Amino acid sequence: MFELLGVPPQALFGQVLLGLINGSFYAILSLGLAVIFGLLNIINFAHGAQYMMGAFVAWMCLNYLGVNYWAALLIAPVVVGATGIVIERVFLARIAKYDHLYGLLLTFGLALIIQGLFRNYYGSSGLPYGIPPQLTGGQNLGFMFLPTYRGWVVVASLVVCLATWFVIEKTKLGSYLRAATENPTLTQAFGINVPLLVTLTYGFGVALAAFAGVLAAPIYAVNPNMGADLIIVVFAVVVIGGMGSIMGAIVTGFSLGLIEGLTKVFYPEASSTVIFIIMVLVLLVKPAGLFGRAA
Amino acid sequence: MNLKTLLAATALGALMAAPALAQQISVKAGVLNDRSGIYADLSGEGSVIAARLAVEDFKAAEKGIKVEIVSADHQNKPDVGSTIARQWYDQDGVDLILDVPTSSVALAVSQITKDKNKIHINSGAGTSDLTGKACSPNTVHWTYDTYALAQGTGGAMVKAGGDSWFFLTADYAFGHALERDATAVITKAGGKVVGAVRTPFPGTDFSSFLLQAQASKAKVIGLANAGGDLTNSVKQASEFGITQGGQKLAGLLTFASDVHALGLQAAQGLVLTESFYWDRDDGTRAWSERFAKLNGGKKPTMVQAGVYSGLLHYLKAVEAAKSKDAAVVMAKMKEMPTDDPLFGKGSIRVNGRKMHPMYLYEVKKPSESKGPWDYYKQIAVLPAEEAFQPLAETGCSLVK
Repeated sequence: MFELLGVPPQALFGQVLLGLINGSFYAILSLGLAVIFGLLNIINFAHGAQYMMGAFVAWMCLNYLGVNYWAALLIAPVVVGATGIVIERVFLARIAKYDHLYGLLLTFGLALIIQGLFRNYYGSSGLPYGIPPQLTGGQNLGFMFLPTYRGWVVVASLVVCLATWFVIEKTKLGSYLRAATENPTLTQAFGINVPLLVTLTYGFGVALAAFAGVLAAPIYAVNPNMGADLIIVVFAVVVIGGMGSIMGAIVTGFSLGLIEGLTKVFYPEASSTVIFIIMVLVLLVKPAGLFGRAA
Repeated sequence: MNLKTLLAATALGALMAAPALAQQISVKAGVLNDRSGIYADLSGEGSVIAARLAVEDFKAAEKGIKVEIVSADHQNKPDVGSTIARQWYDQDGVDLILDVPTSSVALAVSQITKDKNKIHINSGAGTSDLTGKACSPNTVHWTYDTYALAQGTGGAMVKAGGDSWFFLTADYAFGHALERDATAVITKAGGKVVGAVRTPFPGTDFSSFLLQAQASKAKVIGLANAGGDLTNSVKQASEFGITQGGQKLAGLLTFASDVHALGLQAAQGLVLTESFYWDRDDGTRAWSERFAKLNGGKKPTMVQAGVYSGLLHYLKAVEAAKSKDAAVVMAKMKEMPTDDPLFGKGSIRVNGRKMHPMYLYEVKKPSESKGPWDYYKQIAVLPAEEAFQPLAETGCSLVK
């Protein structure tokens, strides 16, 4: 049996798979950020808080309304997406014409307020949320034990990511969106309601974050800081992929999850920094990101 | 005549009241802890409630001692904690600081307390250095420490057959100290450590590390981490079938609030060491009921219980010494035996270590639990002398 740097291949396969699972969260979150940035030019720092809200809405559905995981998977993105729409209408639309920095500061402030409110009501140590009964247990793949739920996470996020890519890049609706980004005045002249498109796009990006939050609820602790811990990494993923690039965000999300997974085997101490090292290297060589177009 | 009598009586009354007034001591206690971060649930506002209960139970007003309680958030940052401690001592007239979880902040506050000649009764922090090489004549370490945790959980697991260990260690000072103390206990008891992985702090996904622990075939996976890191690793260990596969988890620092956050489904079978559990006897139950009513139904953690017990003992010492001078009160505190319904009878050693038994618990299965907060079964009691580090080994300069 061959060994790679002292690590048996079974362990390696296991870690590659785990990396892909974590990559699915990166992919789905960075996709939402990329959609929002690409079409609205807003750096949405509230994304982590909205991901956390998704997980909390799932928990509330179960504990207050008795609504199960599957329904929450639909309800949470709709509810949190709706709050996103309100935020866009009330705040973001008013500062759209100013520099990126204003949007960044505004969303960052909102994120702090949202996290503070949740911490005030639910404490900081988190809430339990079980794995749905249909997805408990797991498969023994020979080289590792794969929990069914983790398999589901990969499949669900791949489907959502590819569907989003398809809608934006290949459909008529997507072409309206892209046209509205290129030249909002001209697009509006063709009779397309650009502000509505922008609002819905933000709502959709936020809904993606909430969807990831529901996916995360059964495996990570549902606590008010869960998004704050993740958001910085996700921003690095977006920067590496190229701000605003849809496919870039998906591919980078999965591959960085993979690289991070392998780092956890070979040099665990560096696993939280490896993504930032890659970010620095990419920015040195390709400042627009791997999939970005130079401005 | 009547007026004269009245005046005389008033004057006499005033004369008699005067000494009592002169004797009135007013004490200001500051509860310094995490009120917004990962340790807010195990200390936070609950510790302030516990301090208020101590004042109430001591019947301070009847004894002519006026107690005021203030609180602040140190955000788990040594610089923030130090600034608050200095301001409290220098400007706000605070006499003692209570609680202070997070070892790095605790060490800083202990040093400042020594410089300003005040009193620090620590309940929340873990590091055994507070009564070891960093010990201070002004600090009492009340509730637990890393040595006792390692002794309790580590020792018991080895005795129960868990003689090979793999550590998941949070990659910072506290995790390293806990791993070091636990390794010493395990090897001394005849067990061995087959491997360890240093996990970046704080982390979210521990599955990679858990798979490495699984592959090591160690009988026990020692979790030398706390808070969110601990709950995530336990949750994911159950997801990946590690506990079902026969390997045992040892949560070296687990609080009741962590078990509450995890839920019994994920936490069952976890072995842990605490010095206080709300459901231990009638005394702890009665107090915890009162506490929970004031704390939104949440039961106290050992850290919060320690704040109560520590402040109560301090007030008794002030009463006995009829003074709040730090050196006099500290001498009284170390001289008087401690006694309260939460920790029972005990004492304070010369190095500031509060002595009381530690209890080894196992987390119940969901079927064994009668409802929320019914979480632990007691497995063993460690007498204080066994649980805490022998004085001679502490390396504290106060030990002669």
